[in-house]
Amino acid sequence: MSTTAATRPTAPSARTGAVTATVRSTRAELLRLRAWPAVWITLGAWLALSLMFGYLFTYLSYTTGDPGFADEGTTREQQLAELLPTAVPDVFLQGMPMFGGALMMVLGALVAGSGYGWGTWKTVFSQGVRRGPAVVGSALALSAFVVATLLVTLAFDLGVSLVITASEGHDVVLPSTGAVVESLGVGFLVLETWALVGFALGTLARGPALSVGLGLVWALVVENLLRGVGQLLGWVEALTEVLPGTAAGSLVGALVGAGEGDGTPGVLDTVPATRAALTLVAYVVVALVLSAALVRRRDVS
Amino acid sequence: MDDMAPTVASTDNLTRVYGDRVAVDRVTMTVRRGEVYGFLGPNGAGKTTTLRMLLGLVRPTSGSAYATSPVGALIEGPGFFPYLSGRANLRTLARHRGFDDAEVERVLERVDLASRADDRFKGYSLGMKQRLGVAAALLGDPELVVLDEPTNGLDPAGMADMRALVVDLARGGQTVLLSSHLLAEVQEICDRVAIIHEGRLLHEGSVAELRGGVSLRVRAAPEDEALAVAMRLAGDDGVARTPDGALQLALRPERAPRVVRDLVAAGVDVHEVTAVERSLEDVFFEMTTHHVTSPTDPSSHHTTEEVPA
Repeated sequence: MSTTAATRPTAPSARTGAVTATVRSTRAELLRLRAWPAVWITLGAWLALSLMFGYLFTYLSYTTGDPGFADEGTTREQQLAELLPTAVPDVFLQGMPMFGGALMMVLGALVAGSGYGWGTWKTVFSQGVRRGPAVVGSALALSAFVVATLLVTLAFDLGVSLVITASEGHDVVLPSTGAVVESLGVGFLVLETWALVGFALGTLARGPALSVGLGLVWALVVENLLRGVGQLLGWVEALTEVLPGTAAGSLVGALVGAGEGDGTPGVLDTVPATRAALTLVAYVVVALVLSAALVRRRDVS
Repeated sequence: MDDMAPTVASTDNLTRVYGDRVAVDRVTMTVRRGEVYGFLGPNGAGKTTTLRMLLGLVRPTSGSAYATSPVGALIEGPGFFPYLSGRANLRTLARHRGFDDAEVERVLERVDLASRADDRFKGYSLGMKQRLGVAAALLGDPELVVLDEPTNGLDPAGMADMRALVVDLARGGQTVLLSSHLLAEVQEICDRVAIIHEGRLLHEGSVAELRGGVSLRVRAAPEDEALAVAMRLAGDDGVARTPDGALQLALRPERAPRVVRDLVAAGVDVHEVTAVERSLEDVFFEMTTHHVTSPTDPSSHHTTEEVPA
């Protein structure tokens, strides 16, 4: 290994292939992520929010007849339909543009940023581990957690829905495989985007605190304010159409229906589904490339 | 140490500038296979920055650095996941590098941490954290082990264990680059040393060469006449006056009878003649206080200027 002023610093052992090194780093990151309480707290918080906003309020409105718990103007039959298994693919997605995305962004920022705060990136790179594969491995492990979150959420929602179906004495009609796969795909794109944006923020800030704070303010406040201002200023509106929150909300809105999504925060009908999906893919790619480039080029202190 | 042994780490005019501050200034040094190389310097001298550049953690402003592969390192304190046990932390690191769990157990035994390996890292004492950091550096039996202040936080027994470990590594054929403030420790276990101060390398060579052998300490009166005799015997550059009024002569102890005879013949009363062996600590403080370059350099401390006793 050698370093010079003219060349980028490289880790000492650069003999193993990039793919092998990436697989090793992914396994290493999975090992530490699955033992990290922050990961399980994030998953628990997301499931609690899914239960609360996806089923609890609607069920309370349905059983008590109090319309204050549900979307304005929905009938009891519509409320029940939202609680049955056939609605799971839609209910599963509705909370993702805002709450799910924000939680994944926090997790992504923690995964990348904590390595600087605790000095673990320094320890890893001091032992000759290559930077690029290590970062990509960490992002892949995060992506694996996103997939696991989607599957657990789907199973959880389906379980809750089946319990409600049984308690109401209805026949069980499962959603179509196509609808489930479509929801999983959209859900993955939305959560992956936010997770990797958080990962890039954590890398950029070289710590978890600032990146989590900035990310949350952006996702929960700034984007909504910009969308409000965009109704008055054309150029701001054009800008909001390429923001990750708008793209995520529009993609989910295209699937669950703009009308049905009216009462769900973050679910929009601002841009067409294809454009929204492409925007999210672009964010995924840019976030990953930016993170890898930053880690490869910057000093590790 | 074999001067012809292959180089496992080296720097060539290595420089790092942060804004207006030159942290490392044209440092050139060579670490050879199988040696224990001490890297000494006061706080802020540029030791850790140099080691970071050597390991590729920091980009040099100019110059170059080379380190063999594989390398293991503990740099400026151990960084691990606080929620994981020591064992799980090492397993994570081992996965990154493609080692199996048996390798983790081997290094845990090596640093005597196996019995506490399942405790969480955040509950470790500073000494245990240091041991875990050293264990991480030993994963895979690297050819070069870089240890930056490995005895920080260790109790005396732990320090002795760490010294024994370093010696053992060298006996096993591994090369150790050891940065330390503990000069007695370095004197005891290092083959060669480099001294860095304010970013500049003041000296690189064997410990024996640096200490400059044994000298004579003479207390006699009147001092001016004693000084004249001493300078005639040891040369102008071979005499130093210590703050307590004694003279330090760069002469071997076998010359003591001749010194005494000449002093008495000159009418000087001789109160004390002692053979003095300078410690690495003496040399280090002289160098880093007076900015001299080496004990054999004419501009070094062997002058009639006062030096610390």
